[in-house]
Amino acid sequence: MSTLKLGQMILKDCDESRWRLADYEARGGYQVLRRILTENWSQERVIEEVKTSALRGRGGAGFPTGLKWSFMPRQFPGEKYVVCNSDEGEPGTFKDRDILRYNPHSVIEGMIIAGYAMGASCGYNYIHGEIFEVYERFEEALEEARRAGYLGENILGSGFHFELYAHHGYGAYICGEETALLESIEGKKGQPRFKPPFPASYGLYGKPTTINNTETFASVPFLLAMGGEQFLHLGKPNNGGMKIFSVSGHVNRPGNYEIPMGTPFSELLELAGGVRGGRKLKAVIPGGSSAPVVPGDVMMECTMDYDSIAQAGSMLGSGAVIVMDETTCMVKALERLSYFYYEESCGQCTPCREGTGWLYRIVHRIEHGQGRVEDLELLESATSNIMGRTICALGDAASMPVQSFIKHFRDEFLYHIEHKRCLVPPEVQWAGSDIYVEA
Amino acid sequence: MLTLEIDGKPVEVEDGATVMDAANKLGIYIPHFCYHKKLSIAANCRMCLVEVERAPKPLPACATPATNGMKVRTHSRKAITAQKGVMEFLLINHPLDCPICDQGGECQLQDLAVGYGQSAHRFAEAKRVVADKDLGPLIDTFMTRCINCTRCVRFLAEIGGFQELGQAFRGEHAEILPFLGQTVHSEISGNVIDLCPVGALTSKPFLYRARTWELTRRRSISPHDAWGSNLIVQSKHDTVKRVLPLEFEAINECWLSDRDRFAYEGLNASDRLTRPMVKTDGRWVEVAWQTALEVAANRLASVAEENGDDALAFLAHPMSTVEELYLLKALGAAFGAAVDTRIRQRDARADLARGKVAWLNGSITEIVESDGHWFLGADVRRELPLMAVRLRAAAKAGARIVRWDDSDDDWRIPGVDPHKLTAPAMLVALVHFAKHLGVTLPDWAVGLVQQPSPLSAAEFDALSAALRGAQKRRIWLGRPLRAHPNAAEFEWLAEAIAGALGAKLGWLVDGANAVGAAVVGAQATQTAHQLASAGKAGYLLVNLEPEDFAAPDAVADSFARARTVVALTPYASESLKAAADVLLPIAPFTETSGTLVNIEGRLQSFTAVVRPREMTRPGWKVLAALTAMRTGRSVAYTASDAVRDAALPQGWRTQLAQHGLTAIAPAPTLHASAIPAFDRVTLYQGDMIVRRSASLQATDDAKAERGATIPSEEAAA
Repeated sequence: MSTLKLGQMILKDCDESRWRLADYEARGGYQVLRRILTENWSQERVIEEVKTSALRGRGGAGFPTGLKWSFMPRQFPGEKYVVCNSDEGEPGTFKDRDILRYNPHSVIEGMIIAGYAMGASCGYNYIHGEIFEVYERFEEALEEARRAGYLGENILGSGFHFELYAHHGYGAYICGEETALLESIEGKKGQPRFKPPFPASYGLYGKPTTINNTETFASVPFLLAMGGEQFLHLGKPNNGGMKIFSVSGHVNRPGNYEIPMGTPFSELLELAGGVRGGRKLKAVIPGGSSAPVVPGDVMMECTMDYDSIAQAGSMLGSGAVIVMDETTCMVKALERLSYFYYEESCGQCTPCREGTGWLYRIVHRIEHGQGRVEDLELLESATSNIMGRTICALGDAASMPVQSFIKHFRDEFLYHIEHKRCLVPPEVQWAGSDIYVEA
Repeated sequence: MLTLEIDGKPVEVEDGATVMDAANKLGIYIPHFCYHKKLSIAANCRMCLVEVERAPKPLPACATPATNGMKVRTHSRKAITAQKGVMEFLLINHPLDCPICDQGGECQLQDLAVGYGQSAHRFAEAKRVVADKDLGPLIDTFMTRCINCTRCVRFLAEIGGFQELGQAFRGEHAEILPFLGQTVHSEISGNVIDLCPVGALTSKPFLYRARTWELTRRRSISPHDAWGSNLIVQSKHDTVKRVLPLEFEAINECWLSDRDRFAYEGLNASDRLTRPMVKTDGRWVEVAWQTALEVAANRLASVAEENGDDALAFLAHPMSTVEELYLLKALGAAFGAAVDTRIRQRDARADLARGKVAWLNGSITEIVESDGHWFLGADVRRELPLMAVRLRAAAKAGARIVRWDDSDDDWRIPGVDPHKLTAPAMLVALVHFAKHLGVTLPDWAVGLVQQPSPLSAAEFDALSAALRGAQKRRIWLGRPLRAHPNAAEFEWLAEAIAGALGAKLGWLVDGANAVGAAVVGAQATQTAHQLASAGKAGYLLVNLEPEDFAAPDAVADSFARARTVVALTPYASESLKAAADVLLPIAPFTETSGTLVNIEGRLQSFTAVVRPREMTRPGWKVLAALTAMRTGRSVAYTASDAVRDAALPQGWRTQLAQHGLTAIAPAPTLHASAIPAFDRVTLYQGDMIVRRSASLQATDDAKAERGATIPSEEAAA
């Protein structure tokens, strides 16, 4: 039993029983690292390859990875750090969990190569606190890599040193924000730092630091193995490579699907077994809970890549595709999302600390028949006062669902306010609640 | 240098300056809550959002670095919209209890809400309630009002040197709280009340005592330590209600120690002496001023006549003003009495041998500029709480700080290198260190150098390397060391070592006007402590109680045996009533004018804040009247300014010492076994006013001080 349905690159040929070092090596693992070290590649060459591949950050922001690596002051004397962000807390996202579960060595190899390319000799993998067994497995994988000489002093006799540590959080969503993550590693309360300075100049323990997502690091060995050009061609221009999509919600086969960038959404939906019970697609959140919701019909026209989804007014984000069918009450769905941000705001800066609770309470009131006509305007105004005014992006993340839900499903909200009940009749909602019953 | 433009006005700022710095330079006000010029930048309140050209989002002025050619608009539509948006969020959970809030009238949130808030709010949900916290007897909390700016957290960690508050929990549940089961213990904790931009942290002693706009504000100088902190004393109906810092960058910056801030409670103590009193046949009777003065003068005169020379000692607390001490000296001359203020100093040889006046030997601001500090027998946090603040700044700038003393007290200064040494061990170690540096030892040290050194040669080398590695080297003689019977030997060694290391000596003097007292010559060949315990036939005390002396029991005993004790005092305490036979009510510092010379030799005059209580009179006038009675000549002064000018003629600063003493007499050979321990410094027992501040006495520090009865050697002997 696994949620893994399809893998074409990172998740290819691996499962619960094939995650160990020997399995990874059998699939060609650590060959790229060996080649880089024995052929004595220059740091610039590695970074150039990554740039050519158009690999973009898989954590959600989609920042070009090669460009990020080139920001690192490679000649800076003293310690530099490479940090992997496996604090996967975005509702709907569960791809990093499966990468660490089924192919942890791809992340380790990617991080070693990143350390090599950026002149860092120390790395941390910060793993979400609510997937503790994954953290334990990663520790085991690290031990395997150390024993095999891929980590530590003088790796494969090259004179290159790199040590990698796993670090688990305790489940705070905010620790997925990269500077809060750094604070958390340092043993402090997980709260984002004000930027500038950016981590590339002032990161972990005040040293230059590069932080990438798990999937980004895991992609690195594959893209170097096939060459940046080839990787780019897997996807589409400016959107290179494969991407794992975590499909959840009202589909017949929820799970992780690793497919080329630019694959039409309709194909992804088909892979996931289509909408449950053959019902009509109502809406999709294409990139994790922070991404604006997209109406079903618009979504059916999209391809799964950064640019196409952006055109549809949303974000590819972390690739968490939340599918909602016609039995879904959009007010109730938003209430649940808003509750999440209200509970996960770190409380550091005013608009988010005070605003997220306000948003949740208004939506909660509307859902429970206490809505007022002016509430929708108030929600729009309050969210615009949060967006762009906070230290980190959590304020934006809390606001975008509210804005997009109201934009696309205003009539449902108005119906709730006017009739004190849902537009989707209760019996329909009940019929759609058999989410855990396999067809 | 960077050039940028704010609201169309060009401005030049240093590299590394923020937009807020640039705006401040131009005098443009950007609303803010979490930003404070003395604290690290948090950028969490978001009130200072401004529009920056080419930036897609409004940026916080406090945290945004200024760049060349930057164009900032602080009052554009975009900036104002952002600021108003933040203000709405700040207000939605803030209680509308301004009418009963102590911060009302001086509240940053209230003030800014007038400019940026709306008259009706759109928040229709239930407001958040946060449980109040116990932060000790000085700070009251109304945590529901807290806007989580974390100024208090940052102050205690950065300026106080030790984190005692933190922000726990997340999001809307975030709240400021102390560690579990703890309160706040910092000796400068009261500053968080000033820093709190809302009414979340308020003064417990001042709570509900008055509305701020009803209060009269007057400048004054703190008489509780030698720092000379500038005060704003606030009063209503001739009663002091509150004390706040008057910002003075060169002395107290914008801070006050808790001692300076909360001691005012003592001014309103129930045992204030308001009428002259004379003890006749063991009973206290209120009398008219004229009668009281005559009785006092006659009793002192009869002692002078009948008990001969050396029968009288006129002693004053070193918090007494220049004017009081100058006239006390004149009175002493008229009666042939010894006059002194060194109430906690057990020996006078050091001051005699030095000749010049002990002081900081430099300015307060020089402390931060000095990068090598060696403290001998000091208790900085208790002696001079704001000196510890300056040292923290010096440490942050990279200064090396070494301390030798016998205390376990954590100075809360990062990087301090402590060596715990008892007084005899320290003297032995200093002798060895001096020898190590090639100093020729005098005869009195022969016995000491035969003792094994408590510190190794390597430790001496490390110490001299640390000091020699600094550009500006200071050796500080602390109060416990200066009060010690062997202070002269300590100072001789310190001066010899300072010479060898190229360092400058500095003295941490005891008392708000200790420097002034020495300058006006209110010093005898014996210290006030020695005179008080010597069993003289007659005493005159100014602002003193037996508790002020180094050995209170022995002193009380000495007073009890005296033929007459005349006390000029604002209070009629039981101990004073037992010791004295004439009580003359004189004004505390808030009810008279006067002058104090602080530790850096800065002369600071102040005027009365409120009218004197009932029959209370300024001390200097009482002393002048007594002198006139004795001499039969009227005293010419009509105002305290004239007394000050007579007391401190031009060039008085030349009396300040540049170097420590270089020869001691007498100096018998010393043996470590005969050297007593250092006396303890107290935070809250040092003068009559502080001892009467109920809130200060309720602190854990004060409780520990009162609970620990240190048996005095005189009493034991």
